[in-house]
Amino acid sequence: MKPAPLDYIRATSVAHAVQVLAENDGDGKVLAGGQSLVPLLAMRLSQPTVLVDLGGLGELSYIRDESGHVEIGAMVRARTVEISSLIADAVPLLPVALRHVGHVTIRNRGTVGGSTAHADPAAELPAVLRALDADVVVTGPSGSRTIGAADFFQGFLTTALAPDEIVTALRVPKSAPGTRVAVQEFARRHGDFAIVAVFAAVELGASGEIAAARIAVAGADQVPVRAAAAEELLAGQDPSPAVLRAAAAEVAGATRPFDDIHGTADYRKKITAVLARRCLEQALPTAERSSAA
Amino acid sequence: MTSLDVTMTVNGRTVTGRVEARRTLADFLRKDCAATGVHLGCEHGVCGACTVVLDGCTARSCCTLAVQADGAEVMTVEGLADGTDLHPLQEAFWARHGLQCGFCTPGILLTMRELLADNPDPSEEEIRESLSGNICRCTGYQFIVEAVKDAAAVLRASSADRG
Ligand SMILES: Cc1cc2nc3c(=O)[nH]c(=O)nc-3n(C[C@H](O)[C@H](O)[C@H](O)COP(=O)(O)OP(=O)(O)OC[C@H]3O[C@@H](n4cnc5c(N)ncnc54)[C@H](O)[C@@H]3O)c2cc1C
Ligand code: FES
Ligand code: FES
Repeated sequence: MKPAPLDYIRATSVAHAVQVLAENDGDGKVLAGGQSLVPLLAMRLSQPTVLVDLGGLGELSYIRDESGHVEIGAMVRARTVEISSLIADAVPLLPVALRHVGHVTIRNRGTVGGSTAHADPAAELPAVLRALDADVVVTGPSGSRTIGAADFFQGFLTTALAPDEIVTALRVPKSAPGTRVAVQEFARRHGDFAIVAVFAAVELGASGEIAAARIAVAGADQVPVRAAAAEELLAGQDPSPAVLRAAAAEVAGATRPFDDIHGTADYRKKITAVLARRCLEQALPTAERSSAA
Repeated sequence: MTSLDVTMTVNGRTVTGRVEARRTLADFLRKDCAATGVHLGCEHGVCGACTVVLDGCTARSCCTLAVQADGAEVMTVEGLADGTDLHPLQEAFWARHGLQCGFCTPGILLTMRELLADNPDPSEEEIRESLSGNICRCTGYQFIVEAVKDAAAVLRASSADRG
């Protein structure tokens, strides 16, 4: 369980990091918090010839309040986002979701750029980015480009990132004031990767009806799933238990789960429906009241 | 294959070493700094035995390369006691039988120290949630939870004394 020999370069700027990646022609790997990469190196599932450490890049460590969105630098630690009051106000789904990522000790080191680039289908952050239509900002030798979350996540641990590009920031649209958020995750033990997790952000209208809902699922496809049909079904409706149940069935319908040692595809689909219903009920606690009325 | 010079503070002492890039912080602390209280169980981030404090926050030293800690301040379990005076957490683990073989203990002590700094009066559920990243094969956790509750009370009383 020791990494194979490799070279190590501490990047002095984003341009320097990109240059080293370009020179190594696909054999270089970016090192951020190391919480996924160092175990992969130790198990020798990953054997790059050179690591490019972004750890010294203060320029990627910021949270900025922009009009309409919040920009989070790639090297911001998950724990920093989780306890940021700016994020709690502007994007309340993020801290609630990040609390499910591993343990505090993991979140102290793991970065938002690392989790995004790693693209584990069971990871929380990619699903939140998908739910909120966030953009991923990346930089390569020919400059920067912005990729929507829908296009960024392409498959199991696979993204739209070229081998000589790095993630520099996430742009996450602000939620409307009063947006209700909830996360329901099923894992074997606290801190384990999700078997399935459902994420919801719901805006209510003036008379308590659902103005707009955003729902995504982790662990139920090779990429985070956006439950568009469920969102359409909910828009404009009163949050009655029947409506939430119907929407939860649509959420499960949007998934294309897989079999693995943690559960079968069929099982994942079933628990997606249950978790989606609980998630919507948690976001919309008025559901019981309107059913009693 | 590169070797690099690293300098860091380990339990208040400045240490310098030349390490291969692939050397984990855990191996650097154990083999080059004789901090053998850093225990290695799984070497891939799941057992918590290798937990240290890196620049003020807990970190898995098996998931951190020594070169990433260049210039950092590191504390291991060896830095927890003040000379022969045990830290209140260590006292409570001793009094409450919060350890048997002791393999998990260094990581658990440092993780619980961070919990109590953030949350001086945690509920049992919060203690258990915070312990979830540290595997203990001996105690069944019950005595660990009781020890943490005791230590929390001692630490609250001593910070109230200091006013
Ligand atoms: C015990 C344990 C439990 C965990 N549980 C969870 C969990 O429940 N949910 C979850 O989501 N994650 C979990 N993780 C993973 C953790 O969240 C990782 O920190 C995260 O996935 C990667 O972030 P990092 O900064 O550590 O990246 P690294 O490990 O440094 O890198 C990960 C990958 O991303 C690439 N990369 C990193 N940064 C960039 C960048 N800026 N641009 C381009 N490529 C980049 C690297 O080259 C590498 O391929 C867990 C990890 C452990 C050890
Ligand atoms: S040895 Fe580091 S977490 Fe197990
Ligand atoms: S005391 Fe033996 S593993 Fe915890």
